[in-house]
Amino acid sequence: MKSVLGDKRAIVILVGPALLVYSLVILVPIFWSLGYTFFNGSIVTGFTFAGFDNFVKFALDPAAWKAFGFTIKYAVVLTVGQVVLGYLFALLYQFWLRKGSATIRTLVFFPVVLPTVAVALLFQKFFESAPQTGPVNGLLNAFGIASVDWFGHADSAFWVIVIMDIWRSMGFYAVLLYAGLVDIPDDIIESARIDGASGWRLVRSIVIPLSLPVLLSSVIFSINGTIKVFDSVLALTNGGPGNATTPLTLYMYQTAFTYGDYGYGSTIAFMLTLLCLVVTIFIFRSTRRDLTKG
Amino acid sequence: MTDIITESGRPETTTTAPPRPAAAVTRFLRRLPLRIVIAFVLIIEIYPLFWTLQSSFKTQAQFLSDPFWKLPTTLEFSNYVDAFTTGQMGQYIQNSVLTVFPSLALIILFGVAAGFALEVMVWKGRGTVLLIFLAGIMIPGQMILLPLFTIYFQTQLTGTLWPLIITYTATGMPLTVFMMATYFRAIPREIFEASTLDGASIFRSFWSVGFPMVRNAVFTVALVQFFFLWNDLLIALTFTNSQSLQTIQVGLLNFTGNYGQVAYGPLFAAICVSVFGTLIIYLILNQRVMKGLTAGSVKG
Repeated sequence: MKSVLGDKRAIVILVGPALLVYSLVILVPIFWSLGYTFFNGSIVTGFTFAGFDNFVKFALDPAAWKAFGFTIKYAVVLTVGQVVLGYLFALLYQFWLRKGSATIRTLVFFPVVLPTVAVALLFQKFFESAPQTGPVNGLLNAFGIASVDWFGHADSAFWVIVIMDIWRSMGFYAVLLYAGLVDIPDDIIESARIDGASGWRLVRSIVIPLSLPVLLSSVIFSINGTIKVFDSVLALTNGGPGNATTPLTLYMYQTAFTYGDYGYGSTIAFMLTLLCLVVTIFIFRSTRRDLTKG
Repeated sequence: MTDIITESGRPETTTTAPPRPAAAVTRFLRRLPLRIVIAFVLIIEIYPLFWTLQSSFKTQAQFLSDPFWKLPTTLEFSNYVDAFTTGQMGQYIQNSVLTVFPSLALIILFGVAAGFALEVMVWKGRGTVLLIFLAGIMIPGQMILLPLFTIYFQTQLTGTLWPLIITYTATGMPLTVFMMATYFRAIPREIFEASTLDGASIFRSFWSVGFPMVRNAVFTVALVQFFFLWNDLLIALTFTNSQSLQTIQVGLLNFTGNYGQVAYGPLFAAICVSVFGTLIIYLILNQRVMKGLTAGSVKG
């Protein structure tokens, strides 16, 4: 038995290919990229050793901190938005629609599977002011309000990105959180009702505490995903106007591939990875503590 | 349907045969908020797509002169023809198919085998290896792009679709291994012990016992990975240096570049082609897609 289920040769054959591809294409490049942070240049120009210059440059680069700030702001706003809206939808599915919620659930979920680029182009045209007047500005005009140049200002461009990404992802979080609500035993809800709790009070004192674990894991998934935002920003605003909506991911991409600065690009990528790591560990620890309590 | 609301109200009297109009009105009013909410949700979800679809049949002049709510007066199918000729959508779709499906096959083959060995077989260090795979889920793609770019450049793979296939296969590995290990964990160990006692080699246990038992899970994982790869922009954008290599997402991103000015009709036609492809898959397999994507939510 042991010789078959512990057969060394079989293990190598089964795990080998996956581990090899994974190591060569992900693990090795991670350390390689770390090495790049100590150099200047690119494969075209050649590399010169730079020591910690790139890290100093990052610390003194206002554009980098602006990108850092945008990433945090986007991650926080989007996480709050998609988890809260997703939770509201989940409550709607579970307590209002009951058995009839399958169709709505499927419908609200579908933007998740749509290609980001297509959705971004669609929203670009949806919010366009000229030469075509898009539906949003058209609606504003109908109420006698002049068209807004949504992509011409930092704030409005930010909110369009947020609206688009919430539209794309709220159905996903709704289904994720709905799975948590379904797990709450019916008799707990029933006995709370008999005790006179209903509506908002029932949700606040019974439903939210009982679905706290799934709420917290949603927050982790959300932050972990939104810190890496790239596709939607690139396709919707390309970081503009100016660099007002440029997250770290896009700033890294521009530095590395538009300006050909591999060293600094890798430094930004490293900072981004560090941010992911810190946030994940931080939230993971606080979640664990809360889970043991509940 | 509206249990919360009816329970808080008084039970309705059923002694009078025809329903009193007052009761019908209150019933209607009670359900009104829910109906408004549902109508609002329907509009938010469906209108943008409907608007795109009807826009893809408009002429350029209609875009610039007619208000947005006006339906197209003629059905300009030439927009679709344009999207495939001048817009080269056919080429982009072909490139996407040629990269996504080979990668998908490799991901499944490697990932399921690794998941099996990590969960069913007994060996030292399997926990560590699983953890190493898991760590990859968190790493942002930007961290590996530059070295890979150098590698593909040096090995002269740049200019082919191989960089995409290789990178996709590797990036799909962590989540697939993780999910497959979870599915194999759910199978009682006794089954594999029994097949071993019956004289099956480990490969036979894998292929004839383990694989058939997780067949559904494999399909779900493949579906999840399909959406991730098909919708990928970052990797495709980095490793496709010429237009003849671009996948559908990169092609769509540069779509307006093929024209002097924004050609609205063909652009909307291209968006429709891109959107309704994945939408059809979703309409057929929606329950599976929802289950699979939420199970893979660790990827963020």
